[in-house]
Amino acid sequence: MANSTFTTIGRKVLMALSGFFLMFFLLQHLTINMLSVISPDMFNSVSHFFGYNPVIQFALQPVLIFAVVFHFIMGFYLELKNNKAREVKYAANSASENSSWISRNMVYSGLVILAFLALHFADFWIPEMEYKYVAAEAQDATRYHHELVEKFQSPVKVGLYALSFVFLALHLLHGFQSAFQTVGFNNKYTPLLKKLGNIYGVAIPALFILIAVYHYLNPLTH
Amino acid sequence: MNLTLKIWRQKGSNVKGKLVAYNVADISEHMSFLEMMDVLNEQLVNSGEEPVAFDHDCREGICGSCSMYINGRAHGPDGGITTCQLHMRTFKDGDTIIVEPWRAKAFPVVKDLVVDRSAFDRIQQAGGYISVNTSGNTQDANAIPIPKLNADLAMDAATCIGCGACVAACKNASASLFVAAKVSQYALLPQGQVEANDRVINMVDQMDAEGFGSCTNTGACSAECPKDISLENIARMNREYMRAKAVTK
Ligand code: HEM
Ligand code: SF4
Ligand code: FES
Repeated sequence: MANSTFTTIGRKVLMALSGFFLMFFLLQHLTINMLSVISPDMFNSVSHFFGYNPVIQFALQPVLIFAVVFHFIMGFYLELKNNKAREVKYAANSASENSSWISRNMVYSGLVILAFLALHFADFWIPEMEYKYVAAEAQDATRYHHELVEKFQSPVKVGLYALSFVFLALHLLHGFQSAFQTVGFNNKYTPLLKKLGNIYGVAIPALFILIAVYHYLNPLTH
Repeated sequence: MNLTLKIWRQKGSNVKGKLVAYNVADISEHMSFLEMMDVLNEQLVNSGEEPVAFDHDCREGICGSCSMYINGRAHGPDGGITTCQLHMRTFKDGDTIIVEPWRAKAFPVVKDLVVDRSAFDRIQQAGGYISVNTSGNTQDANAIPIPKLNADLAMDAATCIGCGACVAACKNASASLFVAAKVSQYALLPQGQVEANDRVINMVDQMDAEGFGSCTNTGACSAECPKDISLENIARMNREYMRAKAVTK
């Protein structure tokens, strides 16, 4: 068959690969965010490096954006296709007897993440692009930490961030182990991997929330 | 016990169907669900009504034909069984039981609870076999050494009876567990290696062409499978598929 990379399995594998990439990115993003709590100076210099390094800006960042866009478009597409595979629904369906709520509602947890990403882009990415490429402001290696802390002074925003990360946790609690299963990894290490997935799925979003709350509770004093 | 049944009645594939309520009385708890359906049908015939059409054959859990979605579960409330193995003692006097056909675009309703599962046959025909020379010089299968673990896993996969409960239970109406079982039973054995690449590619292509959904690893299939076919088989199918894609032109 001509283009059969794009069969159900082919698409799912691409979904899993983009998911892996995003999970790796989250880990990296969290590491930098943690610096903002541990050492504002280190946070500033790492942010500055990431912000002006051409490889990161012009090679990795487009890859990341592509991965996000690809992941959610493919997610929606597969969801629509899967809905079409059952045109007449059951009058009675006890799905909770055989599967978890989070595994059946990935598209909804994903939608919340998508809404969050829109807010997050408006908060950080767009102002950043504006600063660097539109206004073409001079490089300032010390601005990142106070810009970050100032953004977390609104309780509504911290609340929205926290809520979004709860949905990210739901998404990852299924997604982590699902991605491994999709790429064919299911063996004697799978029980261990599922535990690891649960730790990842809870710890990563929880730390993101804690960092946001920390900055809310510790406003700049100058 | 006395029960109220709400059963999907549909005269043919292109007409609209609906749930119709019936009462049955004096059902023994030792009856199987199908025997209870027989009681109902006798009642319907005696009163001049059309009996409920449903598939059944072996009535001992091996043919896989007794497809019924009972109270929201494929083959009813118990795990690891078919409808013919479901006993009425699972229910209580006065219960209302909803009985529907498998719901999947690839399994169109033929009549009442009977669905057309020939999509599974076409998937099998696309690659679920090995080509052997039967002209008298066939090698004795027992003469081919096979590691015990592989033989066991292949046998486990081969216990799939093609009932379609996996499709019925899956939120995506995905046939992944069925196809994975059929791919695995050959992938694990030396005899299956010759046609391995074509097999997995053709069977997956056919699965897609039939309109089944894709797997999102919810695990509903395996949980409802009467033969407890494991999700490991889906991982194996995906590995087989990726390998086949990488090496074939
Ligand atoms: C940081 C953001 C995200 C991460 C880390 C992430 C991660 C993952 C992972 C690891 C999987 C499992 C892949 C597989 O088993 O094949 C997955 C699946 C999925 N994701 Fe995401 N995702 C993110 C954002 C989104 C967004 C924005 C959507 C928008 C709708 C979305 C929708 C889906 C859907 C529908 C699935 C398929 C469900 C499944 O196969 O289990 N995800 N995601
Ligand atoms: S995998 Fe299980 S549920 Fe699916 S067709 Fe085979 S026996 Fe039935
Ligand atoms: S009638 Fe054969 S499995 Fe139920």
